[in-house]
Amino acid sequence: MKIDTILSKYEPKSENLIQILHDIQDHTEGNYLKEEDLEKVADYLKIPKSRVNGVVEFYSMFSKKPRGKYVIRLCKSPPCFVKGAFNMLDELKSQLEIDVNETTKDGLFTIETTSCLGVCDEAPVMSINNKIYGKLDSAKIKKIIENYRKGKSEI
Amino acid sequence: MKNEAKYENKIVLSNVGNIDPTNINDYIETRGYEAAKKIVSNEYTPLNVIDIIKNSGLRGRGGAGFPTGAKWEFTAKEKADKKFIVCNADEGEPGTFKDRLILEGDPHRILEGMIIAGYAVGAQKGFIYIRGEYSTAIERITNAIKDAYEKHYLGNSILGSSFNFDIEIKKGAGSYVCGEETSLIESIEGKRGNPRIKPPYPGQKGLWNYPTVVNNVETIANVAPILLNGADWFKSFGTEKSPGTKIFTLIGNVKNPGVVELPFGITLREIIFGFGGGISNDRKLKAIHLGGASGAVYDGSILDVPLDYDALKEKEGMLGSGAVLVMDEETDMRKYLKNVLEFFKHESCGQCVPCRIGTARLCEMADDIIEKGGKEVNIEYMKHLTDVMFKSSLCPLGQSVIMPVKSIFKYFNNEF
Ligand SMILES: Cc1cc2nc3c(=O)[nH]c(=O)nc-3n(C[C@H](O)[C@H](O)[C@H](O)COP(=O)(O)O)c2cc1C
Ligand code: SF4
Ligand code: FES
Repeated sequence: MKIDTILSKYEPKSENLIQILHDIQDHTEGNYLKEEDLEKVADYLKIPKSRVNGVVEFYSMFSKKPRGKYVIRLCKSPPCFVKGAFNMLDELKSQLEIDVNETTKDGLFTIETTSCLGVCDEAPVMSINNKIYGKLDSAKIKKIIENYRKGKSEI
Repeated sequence: MKNEAKYENKIVLSNVGNIDPTNINDYIETRGYEAAKKIVSNEYTPLNVIDIIKNSGLRGRGGAGFPTGAKWEFTAKEKADKKFIVCNADEGEPGTFKDRLILEGDPHRILEGMIIAGYAVGAQKGFIYIRGEYSTAIERITNAIKDAYEKHYLGNSILGSSFNFDIEIKKGAGSYVCGEETSLIESIEGKRGNPRIKPPYPGQKGLWNYPTVVNNVETIANVAPILLNGADWFKSFGTEKSPGTKIFTLIGNVKNPGVVELPFGITLREIIFGFGGGISNDRKLKAIHLGGASGAVYDGSILDVPLDYDALKEKEGMLGSGAVLVMDEETDMRKYLKNVLEFFKHESCGQCVPCRIGTARLCEMADDIIEKGGKEVNIEYMKHLTDVMFKSSLCPLGQSVIMPVKSIFKYFNNEF
């Protein structure tokens, strides 16, 4: 979707900033917010670019760096920690051969960590884009990643 | 095996799992919107509604347990051109997912509760602030709002009355502190979620400085049942000072993790060993982190304390969100402490120095404990630092770090 089409869905009021940023990021290849788009948002809402940047940097779901097609966010909050989240992080890193906040060379996967995703009875938990995967273990992670490589999000 | 029938006493979750949340008629068949209809058709004055909620003794389920009727009354008394109702669906407290289940499983209950709150305090607009990660909940609420407008349960002259009420959804974008009411208000206004200094409280100056009631999802879900069944009915559940039920989320090293709604006064023994079936892998219980990351961590000595909002005060803790995180004997409390502190460091908004620097320093010291052992680190100094943060931080995020830190040192002293 073009940026102007997205902007036109919202009244030009600064209270819509966060909602607009979500919308743009969801529709940008690479799951991120481009500098030039942020400028357009600032113009549209008639607020300083610094205010837009301040908001983008505050919220962890926004990124100014291009990310993979699939953004993996592994929860590392205490309940998932107790259920071995950090072993799962090692697993992800070794299977994808990247570190946290890096993207695989083929542009498919980015690994991030996140605070509680609100699915703690299935800990350890990760999300890939909007989908939740719980009760993780090494085999399950392997399977999920294989499936995404094949273009399927179901396990 | 889960023993739900014996352990559940449902007010809030009565519909969840039993009705189709995408069908407004399913909700209506469970006497949905009946309370709202009765109220807005002037069968009750706003003051009547507030009196019923006050009499019911309903207390806020967002963590602090503040009396809901009193909160509404403050805002009802304010004179202003506009007032707002905000439903706090930011649910970021680690270990908590009760609000998600309500939003996904019974969305109209939330809309009805907000209409009633709006009528009681004189607000014509409500916002539901949902964390951005809850995509299913966002979808369900969005559809529920659409269906309610179609039936004229929202909008102008709703439910055949002269009362107008609109509800709009706002998505969060990943920030724990945005669950704090003033930070949430900033976020709805489209800003960074930096908490405001209180007072003024949102009840006087909230959204765009208009009087605003902020209530948790679970709190709001209690409103329609109370008005349908009466305050006395509600008080027949729970304890004298904390009437009703609470949703607990049981997680960690237990056989049957999950969610359970129980009357106040229940003990952790019943929750963990009754509902939860005990510790997994035939291990022993070591620790319980109660109320989310900002609550206290206990050993087994807490198991038989009847739980309500006041019970834990003398135990320097809180019921908080109702999260019950169970840890078995294999858990390394030094590493656990570090993980909790990392959470606070990551979620500190950085606006004030004691919290920004304090969480960072505490993390470094927790690292040193793991590397060099507790004897080499000045644990007294760590406790002192949490005291300073308690006294001088701007918002409850920085102020509450004292609870997990001091309780871990108190109950698990031999590990440091
Ligand atoms: C750091 C922090 C995070 C909070 N997160 C939430 C939350 O996710 N949901 C919530 O309802 N209340 C949260 N609260 C409490 C709110 O500030 C507020 O007290 C609550 O929404 C009031 O609603 P109630 O009276 O119905 O409980 C949080 C408080 C703090 C300090
Ligand atoms: S206490 Fe922490 S979270 Fe609260 S305002 Fe200060 S820095 Fe921000
Ligand atoms: S702690 Fe990981 S999902 Fe809640």
